[in-house]
Amino acid sequence: MTLRHPLEKASGLGSSGEGSRDWWLQRVTALVLIPLTSWFLFSILDHLGNNHREVQEWIAYPPVSIALILYLGFMLFHAQLGLQVVIEDYVHSSAGRLTCLLLSRSIFLVAGLVAIYSVLSVAV
Amino acid sequence: MAEFRLPKNSRVIRGKHFKDPGDGDPRTVHVYRWDPDAGGNPRIDSYDVDMRECGPMVLDILIRIKNAIDSTLTFRRSCREGICGSCAMNINGVNTLACIAPVDDLRGDIRIYPLPHMSVIKDLVSDMSQFYAQYASVKPWLQSDSPTTDQERLQSESDREKLDGLYECILCACCSTSCPSYWWNGDRYLGPAALLQAYRWIADSRDDAAGERLDELDDAFKLYRCHTIMNCTNTCPKGLNPARAISEIKKSIHARK
Repeated sequence: MTLRHPLEKASGLGSSGEGSRDWWLQRVTALVLIPLTSWFLFSILDHLGNNHREVQEWIAYPPVSIALILYLGFMLFHAQLGLQVVIEDYVHSSAGRLTCLLLSRSIFLVAGLVAIYSVLSVAV
Repeated sequence: MAEFRLPKNSRVIRGKHFKDPGDGDPRTVHVYRWDPDAGGNPRIDSYDVDMRECGPMVLDILIRIKNAIDSTLTFRRSCREGICGSCAMNINGVNTLACIAPVDDLRGDIRIYPLPHMSVIKDLVSDMSQFYAQYASVKPWLQSDSPTTDQERLQSESDREKLDGLYECILCACCSTSCPSYWWNGDRYLGPAALLQAYRWIADSRDDAAGERLDELDDAFKLYRCHTIMNCTNTCPKGLNPARAISEIKKSIHARK
């Protein structure tokens, strides 16, 4: 039994004014990833059976290194936005939600930095 | 975390089996029962209903049960023609209005439950107070600072057409209670019904408060828990499309960035 009117609960603390940006970026990154992922998959298939040196030379070719960095960056950013939605959907305690969000963003940030560093270290 | 199992005291047990005093053309109906005064777990009672004594809709079955077999069965109904929204319930796994659900469309035994993931007051009657409060929170009335005249506020035919598919909502809650986002986050997510109603006023050419309405909705929980899985559109007994209305709200919020 609560003495509060349901309208007080429904209104909560009002609107956060956030959400639209993430929603938009999730769609934009999804669109960008269509050509990038197709290119990446075709390139991997194209290089099946190549030796280490040939693959290294392929990655070192500047347009390829840039495209790889773009692909990995967009892919990890898109994955981070997706995981954020899952966390917001299913983790209900605010402390748990904050912890999971910070943890997932940190992991994706580190993964992105490692990915970029890896491509550059092969290419340069 | 999200609830994937019912709490212990909500798990459904097998109940009693009742026979219709009439004996022609029986149809077996399983109905969710819970009585707050008796306590205990909810149960599924089964009724063999004489379809010769019964009208064509699922609501007619419930009325037959209450009148002739078991008067303790509790459910809401009023208009019996799909306009009041009182008899919304889950019939064979689908949220719909019992009064416009033809029995002949259902195969085998009929299973009737209250609307999913709502607190049950008794039997098929669920607690709608939070749902109505969410509706009230979108301020579902005309807001306008335009100077008033002695006449009514006029609207062109094409502007009026923009309200088609929105104004028909009867707030039966079939859509909101079919939405997993509403199940998991119903305390903060407004749900398809309230959002469709919000868009009904955003789309109204006579309303000046679209900006404030969008401000109120621009929230990761109030609006963006919708992931457009379209359970709402699938289940709406009035054939409306809340998922489209929600997408229009998202597009409107983005359009002003």
